[in-house]
Parts: sequence; C-alpha cells; structure tokens
Amino acid sequence: MFSRTPRVFAATLAVAALALGACAETNSETPRTGDSRSGATFPVTVGSLTLDQRPEKIVSLSATATEMLFAIGAGPQVTAVDDQSNHPADAPKTDLSGYQPNAEAVAAKNPDLVVLSDDRNKIVDQLTTLKIPVYLTPAAQTLDDSYRQITELGTLTGNADTATDVVQRMKDDITKIVAEVPQRVQAPTYFHELGPELYTATSKTFIGSIYALAGLENIADAADADGTNGGYPQLSQEVIVQANPDFVFLSDVKCCQQSAATVKARSGWSGIEAVKSDQIVELDDDVASRWGPRVVDLLRTIVDATAKVTE
Amino acid sequence: MHQALARDPSLPVVARPAGLRKRWLAVGVLAVFVALVAGVSLGPVSLPPGSVAIELLNLLPGVRLDSGLTEREIAIVTELRLPRVVLGLLVGGLLALAGGAYQGVFRNPLADPYLLGVAAGAGLAVTVVLTLGTATGGALSGLPLTIPLAAFVGSLGAVAMTYLLGVAGGRSRSPATLILAGVAVSAFLSAGQTYLLQRNADSIQEVYSWLLGRLATAGWHDVRLVLPYFLLTSLVILLHRRELDVLSVGDDEAAGLGLHPQRSRYLLIAAASLGTAAAVSASGLIGFVGIIVPHTVRLLAGSSYRVILPLSLLFGGAFLALTDVAARTAAAPQEIPIGVVTALLGGPFFVLILRTARRVLT
Repeated sequence: MFSRTPRVFAATLAVAALALGACAETNSETPRTGDSRSGATFPVTVGSLTLDQRPEKIVSLSATATEMLFAIGAGPQVTAVDDQSNHPADAPKTDLSGYQPNAEAVAAKNPDLVVLSDDRNKIVDQLTTLKIPVYLTPAAQTLDDSYRQITELGTLTGNADTATDVVQRMKDDITKIVAEVPQRVQAPTYFHELGPELYTATSKTFIGSIYALAGLENIADAADADGTNGGYPQLSQEVIVQANPDFVFLSDVKCCQQSAATVKARSGWSGIEAVKSDQIVELDDDVASRWGPRVVDLLRTIVDATAKVTE
Repeated sequence: MHQALARDPSLPVVARPAGLRKRWLAVGVLAVFVALVAGVSLGPVSLPPGSVAIELLNLLPGVRLDSGLTEREIAIVTELRLPRVVLGLLVGGLLALAGGAYQGVFRNPLADPYLLGVAAGAGLAVTVVLTLGTATGGALSGLPLTIPLAAFVGSLGAVAMTYLLGVAGGRSRSPATLILAGVAVSAFLSAGQTYLLQRNADSIQEVYSWLLGRLATAGWHDVRLVLPYFLLTSLVILLHRRELDVLSVGDDEAAGLGLHPQRSRYLLIAAASLGTAAAVSASGLIGFVGIIVPHTVRLLAGSSYRVILPLSLLFGGAFLALTDVAARTAAAPQEIPIGVVTALLGGPFFVLILRTARRVLT
C-alpha cells in the first residue's frame, strides 16, 4: 500500500509547484501607476520594500494591521484577512492563520502586498521567494511605533493623506483625553491582567505606556525592573494582594471568561481596594491587545474608569 | 536509635525490620508537617513567622488572638498560602501514589503517570472541553465537574491504549516496551491537542493557562475539587496495596492465593488514573513526581508495596509542597511554573533509575 505513496506524493507536489508558479507570476492587471486619489504616486519605497503600483489585493495576517488598513481607507484594497481579524466587521475574514502562516495558502489569494506582525514559519522568506511583497508591522513598543506603521501603510497603499489625518486625529484625541486626567497627589495603582494565570504587563510595555498616560501607577513594575521578562512578568497572587491595587483591569474577558464577578470570587482577593471599591474594569480583549487606531478608545475607557478617584 | 514500638508478629518481614518502616512513617509525617509550616511561612511577601503561627491558631474554632497582621496579610496566609500548600500535598501525594501503583501493576519501575500517556490523554480531553466550551460560549467549561471528568476519561483512555500497545500486544515483558508505547501514545495525543489548538487559536491562552502553573492560582475551591477524588483514590489503592506485592510475584501465584489478578489490576489502574486525572485537572501538568518519590522511598524503606505506597503518599505531598515553595520564592515576586521545577529535578533522576533498572530488570 505504501509503495505507491511516494509517486502520488511526488505528483501532488508537482501540481502544487505548478500552481504556485502560476500564482507567483505578476498578475496582468492594468497598472494603476500615477493614481491621483489621495495624491499617491507610485512607485513608493518604505525601508527596503518598493511597490511599483498601488496594491489592490492586500492580504493582512495581523488583526492590528487590518484595523489600520481599514482606518486609512485601504479597506477596498484588502482581499483577505486572517482568522483573528474581527474588526471592522466588514473585513474579509478567512481561515488564513497569522499564528501559523502558510505561504501556499497566502499565495493562493494572489496578493500584491502581504502585511504581517510576526515572521513565523519563515513566512517572509517564503513569500519573498514567491516575489510577493511583504510589509512587517511588529507589535508596537510605543505610540510612535503605531503612528509610524499607520503612516507607512498609508504610503504603501496609496492612502498617505488619509493616514496622516488618522495619525493627527489620534494624537489630538489622546492630548484631549490626557488633559482630562485629574491632578492627583497620589497616583492610583493598577494591575493589568493578561490571563487567569496572572501574567501582566509593566509600564515598559506598549499597554503600560497607555496606563501611564492616564496617570496610573503599575504594581508590577518592581517585578520586572531589569526587563528580563520583556515587560510581561507572571505575578504571585500574594504579591498582587499585598500590593493592594486600586484598580484591576481585565483583558482576559473574552478569551478566558474572567469578569468582575470571578475576580471578586477569588480566594484571598476580597481585601484588595479594587475589589472593595468595585473598581474592576472589564476591557475588550482585542482593543487591549492591539496597537492600532483603537488605542484611543482604550485610553478613553481607562481614563473614564479612573476619573472618580480625584485626590 | 531504638524503637520502643512493639513489632506485630503476624506481619511477614518483607525486606527491612518493621521498626525501620515505622521510623520512615514518622519521618514522612514530619516531612508533611515541615512542608505545611514552610508553605505558609515562606512566600514572596515576607510575614513574621510568629504572626503566621497565630493566624493558623485563629483558624481553630474559639481562638481569637491578635497577630498584628492586616486584613490582606491574613488573607495571604489563610486564603492563598494555606490552600496552595494543601493542594500541593494532595496533588503530590496523588501523583506519587499513582506512580507507585502503576509501577506495581505493570511490574515496571519506569511506569509513571506521565510516561504512560495519562497526562497527555487528560490534556487532550481537557483541551477538547475547553475548545468546545469557547465555541459554545463557555456553556460547557462552566460546569464544575466537566474538566475533571474529561481528564479522567482521557487519562483512562490513554492508559488503555498504552497497555494494549505495550503489554497485551506481545509476549514481551520488557519494561522498555511499555514505556515506548507510552511515549508513542503521548506523542499521538499531544499531536491531537496541538492540532485542536491550532484550529481554535482563541482558546490557546485558556488551555495553556490551565496546563501551566495552576498551583499559582490555587484557592480553597481547588482543594474542594480534588479532595473527594484524593480520598477515593488513596482509599482504593491503599486497601489493595498487599495485592500489588502478590502481583509482583506473578499472576499464577496470585491466582493460587485466591486473587483475581486481572480484576485487581484493572481496579488499581482505574484508581491510579482517576487520581492522576484529578491531580492534572486541579493543577495542570506536573511531571516526574510519580517516578522520583516511589523510587526514593523504595531505596530508603524497602521494596514492599505495603510500605512504598503509604510512604509515597506522604513524601509525594511533602515533596511537591516544598517544590512549590521553591517555585514561588526563587524568582519572587514572579512565579516559576512548578512543572518546570519538577522536570528539572526529574530528568536527571530518571536517567539514574534507567541505569539501575537496566541492571535489575534484564
């Protein structure tokens, strides 16, 4: 039975290779060079990536990148997004995976630009071999990283002007929200929960910087002072209880069914200020883990939730 | 040191004088006590030992002493450390007891809940429940007993597969065959689990938080969850511990003594699998306890299962509770997953057993 397998396998491979070869060929669409919408002129270059014409079949394997693309008006140019890209609702969600990207599955969409957050499974090399342009949007460390990615996506997709507007609006909104933060003698403390196993993020992380804008103090900073955990330590329960945070923010609501009620029910947590004063904030997991335009919403949520603490 | 305890003349002398066994029993009880004291006194938050002792006394009915601790510090002692230590004692005891029972049933010094594929089976079953649970909006995983039951079904299935592959499949009685079967079953089941997680990326976090370091978030509810299974498992195994000694001589001899070797074997396998499943579902995957502890006990106190099993229960509990103290203080205020600590200790130990077992068993 097995003696015939190699031959079948080889034949399958050959067919796949032919199909891939066909995919890799430049598609013969009418070139859109000199597209005057939003003042874009191609070719454009970002870093080492040059696009000769405006991409019309973008594949995004990053939920954050999908949000950025749609925010800057590149939505109509996006043909497929990965299985985690659930915002905006009209994004063309497929079963493509960003966790385990598969070059063949991506190539089958015949994209003229692929946007990725992580280079897993050597996907960048593979797509480059297939002559498919790839732009990486790694997880932002600061807001400036977010602004840069949005701006660069604008340049690459021929939506530079809209992207500039989006970034400016984000900056204005953030300035406005930060201005509402009450002047306090003592900053309220908080614990940001990434998962029920009590992983958290320090002020050194992107999410931590958003809390800092809201004038809050992170109880986890001492746990990863030297940054060996990349800003994401796993805290002992008793350390959290002893630190007595004024607020607990949950970003494991959807993934892991945590809620204000489950936190209150936790053994030994009843004495924490956040539990006593009912200051447990259920965030949207997605908004709290992405670095796209919706960080403004996240900051708004945090500032509104903490506004009542004024002294 | 002479024992004042009178020896029961009706007991057969197995390997060592009974006085020595009694002594080890005392050491085991002492070890559990030491683990208990260390477990509530030590942690990333330093509390005065005297105050901790007073708070423990306050748990007794009618005692009301002032320890000078804040409300939150009291909660750290009674709501976080104490249940965590108790859970460590229960889970460690279960894993060591199950390991010892498997070693007796399979006449194989390398049998361990993890090497037999039990943990992988439990892991796969729980992953199925959690991924289905996410798909059904938490309706399934929200039920209190779903996870331990799934873990039990999964671990029993895995043991059955390993047993059929490794023992029933051939005439071979080599310990290696069973272990290789266990490795194959584990690999197969783990692959199934990985595949499921790939298909349900949104439950990855929940599954992994369950698989790793569940002692870190232990509370009294976990203790309540494990306790009935702990009692049932240890009762069944300890009541049948003499049969393991008979089985180790041989099936024909056991039958000659009026035992039903196959029936005893299945009962012990079911009990050990239930114990492992309860341990896994309460605290995730913690390896090597089931092999380190029974073997250490065997070296110290003799090779009779009548001795090994009760001592494994005590020493296994003490071992895991103390390891957990290390896991939460070594990198304080951060946690080290306890499975990592036991594996670091267990890996080299396993090689040691393998070398000595080769001499003994072939």
